[in-house]
Amino acid sequence: MTDFSKIQGVAAPLPLNNLDTDQIMPKRFLFGIDKSGLADGTLHDMRFDADDKPIADFVLNQPAYAQANILVTGSNFGCGSSREHAVWGLQQLGFDAIISSSYGEIFYFNAGNNRLLLVILKPEEIEELTAEISDPANNQLTIDVERQVVITASGREFAFDLTARQKGMILEGLDMVQASLRQLPEIEAFEQRHWAQNPWAKIDLPRMNIKYP
Amino acid sequence: MSRTLYQKLVDSHTVARIDAQHVMLYADFHIMNEYTSPQAFGGLDEKGILTHRPEQNMGVVDHVNPTHPDPIGKRTIRIEAPAKQAANFVRNCSKHGIRLFDINDPIQGIEHVVVPEIGCVRPGMVILCGDSHTVSYGALGALGFGIGTSEVEHVLATQTLIYRVCKDMRITVNGDLKPGVSSKDVIMHIVARIGAQGARGYAIEFAGTTFATLSTEARLTISNMAVESGARAALLAPDEETFKYVREHVRDMSPADLDKAVEVWKTLRSDDDAQFDLEYTFDAEDIEPYVTWGTSPDQAIAISETIPTDDKLNDDDCKALDYIGLKAGMPVEGTPINRAFIGSCTNARIEDLRLAASVIKGRKVAAGVRAMIIPGSGLVRAQAEREGLAQQFIDAGFEWRQPGCSMCLAMNDDYLEPGERCASSTNRNFEGRQGRGGLTHLMSPIMVAAAAIAGRIVDVRKEF
Ligand code: SF4
Repeated sequence: MTDFSKIQGVAAPLPLNNLDTDQIMPKRFLFGIDKSGLADGTLHDMRFDADDKPIADFVLNQPAYAQANILVTGSNFGCGSSREHAVWGLQQLGFDAIISSSYGEIFYFNAGNNRLLLVILKPEEIEELTAEISDPANNQLTIDVERQVVITASGREFAFDLTARQKGMILEGLDMVQASLRQLPEIEAFEQRHWAQNPWAKIDLPRMNIKYP
Repeated sequence: MSRTLYQKLVDSHTVARIDAQHVMLYADFHIMNEYTSPQAFGGLDEKGILTHRPEQNMGVVDHVNPTHPDPIGKRTIRIEAPAKQAANFVRNCSKHGIRLFDINDPIQGIEHVVVPEIGCVRPGMVILCGDSHTVSYGALGALGFGIGTSEVEHVLATQTLIYRVCKDMRITVNGDLKPGVSSKDVIMHIVARIGAQGARGYAIEFAGTTFATLSTEARLTISNMAVESGARAALLAPDEETFKYVREHVRDMSPADLDKAVEVWKTLRSDDDAQFDLEYTFDAEDIEPYVTWGTSPDQAIAISETIPTDDKLNDDDCKALDYIGLKAGMPVEGTPINRAFIGSCTNARIEDLRLAASVIKGRKVAAGVRAMIIPGSGLVRAQAEREGLAQQFIDAGFEWRQPGCSMCLAMNDDYLEPGERCASSTNRNFEGRQGRGGLTHLMSPIMVAAAAIAGRIVDVRKEF
């Protein structure tokens, strides 16, 4: 059982900004109808060359970082396409947490819905952290979710913010759909008010008469 | 208290407040495609529940389908995995009673092209879709934005989303666009100036005299690509042009009902003294045809400019230049191309095709260039054929194909080979987006048409 309150392990540095979800999960891995089998696709074109041979100098292919479960990366990580496959794939490749100064908005929510911890630190802290873990001897990190700190091998601590909601989602793994379904009576009451006020907002697509000229 | 248009749309769709930052937001309409929805339906199956409001949901196959010029009604997906994905989508939609535009439906096309043209985007609505370019609908004063697959499941189950409310940004552009400059250039200029992260966490409202002169289709291009600056939403207050567009496209409202609705839609604007957290102002006079030189949509310059010099480039820029095979300080103008692509939810509407055709004027695609035009939808395709545009493209040597996302993201069998360089009317020049090792230069459809004919990237104003 994963202990979601404390994440410990090897952190890999990937100091690139705007790493988009097309690169995190290239499109040829998006043909599934379930969530399985995505580990291979994760960061695929950065990990493997056109002949599918590992690219030796890519960080995750280096022995010291091959077991990494934490990724320390540049700003706006996960920008671009909404594909949640990027989150599923990172988890299937073994990642429990990402540390960056900012994230693409959709990616951010996708991660929360899957209990992938996203830590936000200041850009200068990311730089310091990257420098420290770039030394294989110091590549171990601990993320204490309860205390909201990242602790380096040398004992340095970086505090981070987490809203009560995010913290709850990580620690308790809240099932949002089930939680919201309990509010269905409230939703239905809203619908009646909303359609009474805005009848034009009610669409009934199956009964719409759409003709092709 | 005075409010922005964005705040009004959020307020009018708030079912419940969750905490200081989050609300439960009601979705008037929800669109799904074949590749970001399967696991959401899977989640519902596991819980044994059905869609709460199937009639407010829609499915369309657009990403994986081939665009072979097969006759309408005769398209097949010849590759196994995408064929299975499409078949699975048919099963899911039929089980849930959701209207699906399958590949042989004549209305089928790119989701964000189809939805406005069938009249399902109306000012004041909230529209969600498991696709980041859902921001497009802001062009009509509707709050649209992309969501992930877990959220698709949540919307299917409850017709709502747990949503973090954004900050407000206003981008004002005043003045008239110069000849040869299109709405694509406006948004590329803005993205280049504010950066790929410039609007992260914000809902943008576009304002100013420039937008007032643009058609709804041109506005859709702008709101569509606003997501490339990280924006969560991109709104334009609806005006007479919007009402005219909606009247022409809505199928299920009487003229009297439309009149009543327009009275409500006229109130959809930011209050005069509404506060924005961040403001930018641009001058339309300064905007020229744009072209990207890198692998992020903000790595772009006006066609008359040169790529920034070394001292102005950061590590990401250098990596991008390395990939794209260009050098600091050089122009992009004159770069030879092998491929040209007019398509995508940014620029494959009828007006885009009319503009592209106006550049071609009897000329031919340059030798050695493979040029493709993928109409945004079945309706666009039919219209272009009726207007004779399709024949002009074919005569000029363009491939005229069936609707879909096609080489915008190359999930089908349209893609760039490694090293092929493409002038593209799409929205993302990410590494490998159009095919592994492919080199993408984003630009407006008339710039793509001009490049196809010249065989190199040119300034459409100079040579056409
Ligand atoms: S055309 Fe491109 S950007 Fe638009 S929905 Fe399709 S893949 Fe996405």
